Amino acid sequence: MKKIKNDGSFYVNPYLGGVMLGTVLLLSFYISGRGLGASGAVKNTVAATVNVIAPQHVEKSAYYCQFAGGDKKPMNNWLVYEVLGVLAGAFISGIVFNRLKLKVEHSPKITSRRRLWFALGGGLVFGFGAQLARGCTSGAALSGMAVLSYGGYITMVAIFGTAFVVAWIFRKNWI
Amino acid sequence: MIGPIISSGLVSHAWDNIFAVFIGMGFGFALESSGFSSSRKIIGTFFGYDFVVVKVFFTAAIVASMGLLYLSYLGLVDFSQLYIQPTFLTSAIVGGIIMGIGFSMGGFCPGTSLCAAAVGRLDGLVFFGGMFLGVFLFSESFPIFENMYYSGSQGAKMINSAFGISPELFTFFLVLAAVGMFFGAAWVQKKVKKVEY
Repeated sequence: MKKIKNDGSFYVNPYLGGVMLGTVLLLSFYISGRGLGASGAVKNTVAATVNVIAPQHVEKSAYYCQFAGGDKKPMNNWLVYEVLGVLAGAFISGIVFNRLKLKVEHSPKITSRRRLWFALGGGLVFGFGAQLARGCTSGAALSGMAVLSYGGYITMVAIFGTAFVVAWIFRKNWI
Repeated sequence: MIGPIISSGLVSHAWDNIFAVFIGMGFGFALESSGFSSSRKIIGTFFGYDFVVVKVFFTAAIVASMGLLYLSYLGLVDFSQLYIQPTFLTSAIVGGIIMGIGFSMGGFCPGTSLCAAAVGRLDGLVFFGGMFLGVFLFSESFPIFENMYYSGSQGAKMINSAFGISPELFTFFLVLAAVGMFFGAAWVQKKVKKVEY
């Protein structure tokens, strides 16, 4: 069932991992009536931060005021608690499967510095797109697919289709 | 108990955020243990040397879809109470394309970058930091994108109704497509040169 890597860490079988992930997603719908998410917590954190620094700006913004300002509590939010759980769960898995290590993972053909600049740029672009699409790979695509949302499927195809084409442009960074 | 158990009132709303932490832990554990804390493993899907993303993602999608339909059939879940991602066609497509570019640049999506950061991958941490900048940029430039953000609204439309078939039949086809992809992935992976990572 397990693939042992040369550094001593191992991964669970991907189909077992998929059943685990699907079961967690199913439980999330059964308990809370909603799917999993990741980018939503970032959105709430940004809105909460801007609300502390410039509350008048939040009230005037048609975007921020949906999540912060007034008596809204953007940090006391399901998605924020869930994301804290993600950190803990991944950390536990890192201990169990012997993967805790500080490092920058990159292709031997590129430097760590280049990898980090691309990671920063990738995060920026992804964060931007996730706002426009009202969710990321987990919130819009995976959770949307579980409840057969039309928009969820569209977003999933757009993400993977584009990433497949664009990966070729950035191939030097990866292989 | 008929789900979702929070909105049915059987369990107090105060428990919702506590469940959120545990659901998140399961989510993070499932992602990390499958190998989603490694950007080069994730990106392998697009070069054909590691299809872990396809295998995990589509297995999860069919397990959750079939599970929800089955629970609904047994009367254990009220489908109308579930949050269904609303469809705004333009922003779903354009946002998805932008995310695809970020995916190939950074090698992560938001959830997986968080898992990578949790096990000490600095590229994951930096990706996660970059997201704050992207979200901030979008929020500040919202007036420019507002029209696009709200255009093509179709409400909580379901994909099976777009094809004019039942949810069960659609899910059946989804399972067939997923199994086909799994065999296809195994076939391609055998042909492609191994990449050490």
